[in-house]
Amino acid sequence: MLNNFCFWFAALVALGASVLAVSRRNAVHGLLWLVLSLLAVAVLFFMLGAPFAAALEVIVYAGAIMVLFLFAVMMLHLGPAAQRQEAQWLAPGVWIAPGLLALGLAADLIAIARLAGDAPAGAGIIPPEAVGAALFGPYVIGVELASVLLLAGVVAAYHLGQRRDRSLGEGAGSG
Amino acid sequence: MASFPFSHGMVLAAALFAIGLAGVMARRNLIFVLMSIEIMLNAAGLAFIVAASRWQQPDGQVMFLFILAVAAAEVAVGLALALRIYQSLRTLDLDAINTMRG
Repeated sequence: MLNNFCFWFAALVALGASVLAVSRRNAVHGLLWLVLSLLAVAVLFFMLGAPFAAALEVIVYAGAIMVLFLFAVMMLHLGPAAQRQEAQWLAPGVWIAPGLLALGLAADLIAIARLAGDAPAGAGIIPPEAVGAALFGPYVIGVELASVLLLAGVVAAYHLGQRRDRSLGEGAGSG
Repeated sequence: MASFPFSHGMVLAAALFAIGLAGVMARRNLIFVLMSIEIMLNAAGLAFIVAASRWQQPDGQVMFLFILAVAAAEVAVGLALALRIYQSLRTLDLDAINTMRG
């Protein structure tokens, strides 16, 4: 019973925090709800016997990526004017069509997921050693591709992040 | 350690994905659209972890690591683009970016 309580509690926190994260007007409030949602999902990862994934979820998602978001929001420094703009954009009617479409998709996915049966998940721990052995065994090409992807991300972020005050060659390769 | 039915975890992942999808469609602020995409990627990662746990294989966790790398790269480029768009247009309105030229 305690197991079920833990699952439902974490699941409800994740769902509620996600709903609040996508519906706030203030970007910082939305980010904080998103951090809560990610932490709740990390709890689920622990319960599912994936301690390595849970630690990465906390460190990389709730830590690094959210701090990146926070820095971007701070650099944009959106003031009260931005919130008035958001209030104007977020009239309640805006949510009707996307909400219905997302509900339809969710109903579809949930109907499929319920076919999956009641085999237990989280029966045992998958140790990080096994994950590492798989990562650098059969999936080593994926690791190389991920490193290329991250390098491309770094180069693109550097290029886009440059100030172009003396923009003689806007878009010139040297940047 | 706790175990719960496989289908419950998949249902939760589907619901989180739908919430992120609704956010992507409804919001006009670029920052919130990126946050909604994060929720969707996270839901996909949750589905992989639940499946890894169901079959007790590490492959699902490997896929979660790849999703993590994709999310990090996407956020870095997306936020840099958001800063550039705000510098040149003074707004984060996605509907205003249709004035962009090559």
